[in-house]
Amino acid sequence: MARHVVARTSDIPAGTNKVVTVGGREIVVFHINGEFFALLNRCPHEGAPMQKAQPIAKLDSDGPGEYRRSRVGELLRCPWHGWEFDVRTGQSYFDPHNCKMRSYPVTVQDRAELALGPYSAETFQVTVDDSYLLIDV
Amino acid sequence: MADVLIRDTRKPQPQASLEAKPKSRLRIIDCDIHPSPKCNEEVIAFLPKRWQEHYALFNDHLRVPFMQNLPYPRSAPRIARRDAWPPDGSVPGSNLAFMREQYLDVVDVEYGLLQVLDLFVYSQQNLEFGAALARGINEWQVECVSKPEPRLRASLVVGQDDPAAAVKEIEHSAATGQFAQINMAPRASEPLGRRKYWPIYEAAQAVGLPIGLHTGGYGGHAPTGSGWPSYYNEEHHSNAHTMATQLASLVIEGVPERFPMLKFVFIEGGFGFIPGITWRMDKHFERFRAEVPHLKRKPSEYVRDNFWFTTQPIDEPERNRDMRTLIDWVGVDRLLFSSDYPHWDFDDPRTAFRIPLSEEERAKIFNTNARAVYGFK
Repeated sequence: MARHVVARTSDIPAGTNKVVTVGGREIVVFHINGEFFALLNRCPHEGAPMQKAQPIAKLDSDGPGEYRRSRVGELLRCPWHGWEFDVRTGQSYFDPHNCKMRSYPVTVQDRAELALGPYSAETFQVTVDDSYLLIDV
Repeated sequence: MADVLIRDTRKPQPQASLEAKPKSRLRIIDCDIHPSPKCNEEVIAFLPKRWQEHYALFNDHLRVPFMQNLPYPRSAPRIARRDAWPPDGSVPGSNLAFMREQYLDVVDVEYGLLQVLDLFVYSQQNLEFGAALARGINEWQVECVSKPEPRLRASLVVGQDDPAAAVKEIEHSAATGQFAQINMAPRASEPLGRRKYWPIYEAAQAVGLPIGLHTGGYGGHAPTGSGWPSYYNEEHHSNAHTMATQLASLVIEGVPERFPMLKFVFIEGGFGFIPGITWRMDKHFERFRAEVPHLKRKPSEYVRDNFWFTTQPIDEPERNRDMRTLIDWVGVDRLLFSSDYPHWDFDDPRTAFRIPLSEEERAKIFNTNARAVYGFK
């Protein structure tokens, strides 16, 4: 597994996402409630682009007329057929063991920490104070 | 900026993909593509001034409560895939360049059959406005969609509940040679096998065009035989029920017996329900033959000679391999691929069939069956 710098945190304002290409794979990074999550940009059902997914809340019910709303924004609803996936794990809501979306760990590091890595000097010359997003693929 | 920061330390890898490699250079005939005008006025501009003024004053008159509204939420705005909104902000299906880029060119659509749902002509309560609107929609389709993009073939829409006006529209518009089929609604004011509609079938057979029945709409009745459901999730099943009742109506009231050359294409009902309704019709035919002496053959024989079914929304059995059995029961010759682009329940021709199909079966479902039904060269 290798770690890749994919974006600045400021590239992805809260509530938005950004598609990055790592190793030929399109990966979509979501910024939800102050946290970042990375998933393959392709629904396992028929291949819809998950960058257009809606972040929705988890709704549970103990019976008709009752509901509990939790984890606001942490379920991604596919832009085509509405399949829902847990943004933390990639697991589908309806069949968590058998239907799963590929997800990747995301790390936030600031510029000083990155300076230890194998990144070219000219990059640092143009940076401002900022944090970077890294994903493990 | 961020893109230049990407440092991939590994060797490039092929993209992880669920997509099967194309087994052949098969081109797709898609029997359900929805174009839209950028706004309703784009279509209304094709109507005579009298009806343009009428629309501006009164709007249209659907057989549902509330103007410009639907009784159920449609899962997504404009029923559309959330990635189908063109970059210029126009509505899904209204930007041909974007449609080509997102769909037609990507999967290599050879022909696409147009299904216009905007200004739902089939349920216009004011029949004179409906007749003017049918003409307007037909002219709009040709001028704004099928002429600029000749892969897309227009469907001649008629308001089936004014059969005399429908026949006039068929005679006028079919003569232009611009239409691949005649569309009426599966939810009309009466079951489609009733005699009231036979003049439409007579005219369709005379001009040699199939009848296309695209699911949806409200013909003035609840969408189920037991009334109005509470949820879209619940109501959505009625699409298949409606198609099943219309198949029974057309067959048992004798339409294919009276019009043996007429082809019917059932669009967006799926096909999982076809074996059950067909078996049941045959069983009842044996028992109640004397009630319907006008039928000369078993109902299943009419189904196999006069009816075709588009594949979307594709049924997804719990075990994928059961799709094999279903296709065998319906008959691979009866199936026509459809995507429903750009609607939310779109089926992608590259991923919708989750079972192996032989080259011959693929060719039939994705191309040659439709080519024969619509007479494409």
